[in-house]
Amino acid sequence: MSIKQHDTPMLDQLESGPWPSFVTGLKRLAKDSEYMTDLMGQLEHSYKTRKGYWKGGTVGVFGYGGGVIPRFSEVAEMFPASKEFHTLRVQPPAGMHYTSDVLRKMCDIWERHGSGLIAFHGQSGDIMFQGASTANVQGAFDEINELGFDLGGAGPAVRTSMSCVGAARCEQSCFDEARAHRQVLNTFLDDMHRPALPYKFKFKFSGCPNDCMNSIQRADMAVIGTWRDNIRTDEALARKWFDKHGMTELVNDVVSRCPTKAIMLKEVKDATTGDKISSVKVSDSHCLEIDNGNCVRCMHCINVMTGALATGVDKGVTVLMGGKRTLKIGDLMGTVVIPFMSMNTDEDYEALVELGQKSIDFFAENALEHERTGEMIERIGLINFLEGIGVEIDPNMVATPRTNPYVRTDGWDDEVARINARKAA
Amino acid sequence: MRTPIESGVPDNKPFLHPLMAKNYGNWKYHDRPRPGVLHHVAHSGDQIWTVRAGTQRQMDLFTIRKLCDIADTYADGHVRFTIRSNIEYMVSDEARVKPLVDALIDNGFPVGGTGNSVSSISHTQGWLHCDIPGTDASGAVKALMDELHAEFIREEMPNRVHLSTSCCEINCGGQADIAIVMQHTKPPKINHDLVANMCERPTVVARCPVAAIRPAMVNGKPSLEIDESKCMCCGACFPPCPPMQINDPDHSKLAIWVGGKNSNARGKPTFMKMVASGLPNNPPRWPEVSAMVKKILYTYKADARSWERVSDWIERIGWPSFFEKCDLPFTKYLIDDWRGSRSSLNASTHIRF
Repeated sequence: MSIKQHDTPMLDQLESGPWPSFVTGLKRLAKDSEYMTDLMGQLEHSYKTRKGYWKGGTVGVFGYGGGVIPRFSEVAEMFPASKEFHTLRVQPPAGMHYTSDVLRKMCDIWERHGSGLIAFHGQSGDIMFQGASTANVQGAFDEINELGFDLGGAGPAVRTSMSCVGAARCEQSCFDEARAHRQVLNTFLDDMHRPALPYKFKFKFSGCPNDCMNSIQRADMAVIGTWRDNIRTDEALARKWFDKHGMTELVNDVVSRCPTKAIMLKEVKDATTGDKISSVKVSDSHCLEIDNGNCVRCMHCINVMTGALATGVDKGVTVLMGGKRTLKIGDLMGTVVIPFMSMNTDEDYEALVELGQKSIDFFAENALEHERTGEMIERIGLINFLEGIGVEIDPNMVATPRTNPYVRTDGWDDEVARINARKAA
Repeated sequence: MRTPIESGVPDNKPFLHPLMAKNYGNWKYHDRPRPGVLHHVAHSGDQIWTVRAGTQRQMDLFTIRKLCDIADTYADGHVRFTIRSNIEYMVSDEARVKPLVDALIDNGFPVGGTGNSVSSISHTQGWLHCDIPGTDASGAVKALMDELHAEFIREEMPNRVHLSTSCCEINCGGQADIAIVMQHTKPPKINHDLVANMCERPTVVARCPVAAIRPAMVNGKPSLEIDESKCMCCGACFPPCPPMQINDPDHSKLAIWVGGKNSNARGKPTFMKMVASGLPNNPPRWPEVSAMVKKILYTYKADARSWERVSDWIERIGWPSFFEKCDLPFTKYLIDDWRGSRSSLNASTHIRF
């Protein structure tokens, strides 16, 4: 017997049109489920009244203090079946790769224990298993956990991380993003599953400065691939690009868009060589010449002439810290804390983990309640943070030096002596 | 009770397409044979084709099983998702691209989102699941992507365009070339009967960015009061104290922000800027929001040069020209007065006439 559905005239309007409709999906689930029937009723009620009707609470799984987002309905008297609609946040594999087999198993588990609604993925990167009653949360988690997946973060904790497709399929990858993602995060599972930090702490991993994971703007610790040596070139691909696009596009879209004017168009007969020069012919008469010492690794020319120009081979990462969204003092970008660290050996990856450990330890000790890393750095100053995590200063950390004299400098000579001693060592 | 296996991030190697596992870290270049399709070539000479399709993100299990059926029939059983909830299928033979594309389109999944397209909208939960939303996310995305479908399946923009929507000012949707963000216009309405039982008052007082909240006795009960002359209606007090209702069907409006860019390409990453507000929260299709996003998007499409993101375009033409070309009023609310705001003022005689 089919279940009587609530009238949903507003949601019905979201079934037409060319984009896939989540409403059509909800209706398919509601056909055989009172739970989803009432969920649709409540959503329609929200559309009609233009208000939300979920409140939080306390729901979890045995052994963990976080990872489940509890939702209790404030309009349960109208829509009783869906009065509890909790979400399980589940960590994805790095790069969000799946087989159809594992996705089907997730669907089967969620058909047994939950609503049948899954989001790939939430903004923090989690697979969101949306909609389970309090009684069903543990059973759902047990099966998901047995499948090889684990809950993500919620509340004042290390949060679920994201990494780009990276080395698996991208020529611009500058380190093993998946390895870094997994090795770093799996060190901090206690801080993820038992929320006890001042506030959230997010890691994100992008393979190159295109930063497809949007890490600078939203990660407390952004790990972004880069390289120190020269841009590589491939003449065959450069000529192929030039044959297709021509001189106008080469000048307007490549040469003149270099932010530091590090690229010049030259006649082949005037080409120069040098340790920091990359040069590639685009035709018999013309070549591109890149002054790598003045290249800021922005990626633009490499994006435009993929393969003809490529990242170098002395690869590693730049680490930026303190990025976050609006609350409470306004948006903050992450800023450079480590200009470059190599990512080749086991020790390199361990050093990245150690940097994360020191940063989280300092954050746990020094941040105020509900204060993100970026806000803490703003409050105490970058120098105090760097001293706390044992990182030496570097001019790459600033956009400009200080523009005001309000600083006590009576330790200047000692600092100069210390820097000189370090240089000499 | 069962003790959890704290396995953390699962190893992705068992899920990788075999060619991706084989050529891990050894890719040479890529090109795009058509919108929605990527072609990567490895140093080994191996080639892999990726077909990208839009999804509704909030998926029922029938939809996911359909996507799996397509993976098993037309691809090699391996998929991945992008940060914008697009699904990607990988195949090792060019001849398999077209049948895969056709199967996706036949089943209602638009193929696109690559290169200089408008990709799917980064968004959140909204009324479906969030505890503090001023509006919906999935519905707003569905409505807008219906209108922008043609730009998803083509690559005709000057550069890639990222969109986001956020249901409150916390802005979980994130930075984008064009973003839709809830903007409350009235201070919260306090239910004084509930505050004492539901809210940890010192936490709520500390949460306010402008110190506008203080403890007070109201009708003999411990509660909170707001200095409404200080309150800028951000809604930060609402999550820790649900009786401070910030959402209002009429007074919670939608604002449009432009020029966010996370990539380091060309200029440094930029934050987006508010350029319009006061749009009505008008479900189920938010037509006023769609109209304004499209106005800005198509002005950009017509006026920007190739490879200019929205932020690059505005930097070249200047803000006065942006407001003029997009036919947007520049109101006093768009001049920043928050901390650090003076750096957003024009400290020069650089003016375009």
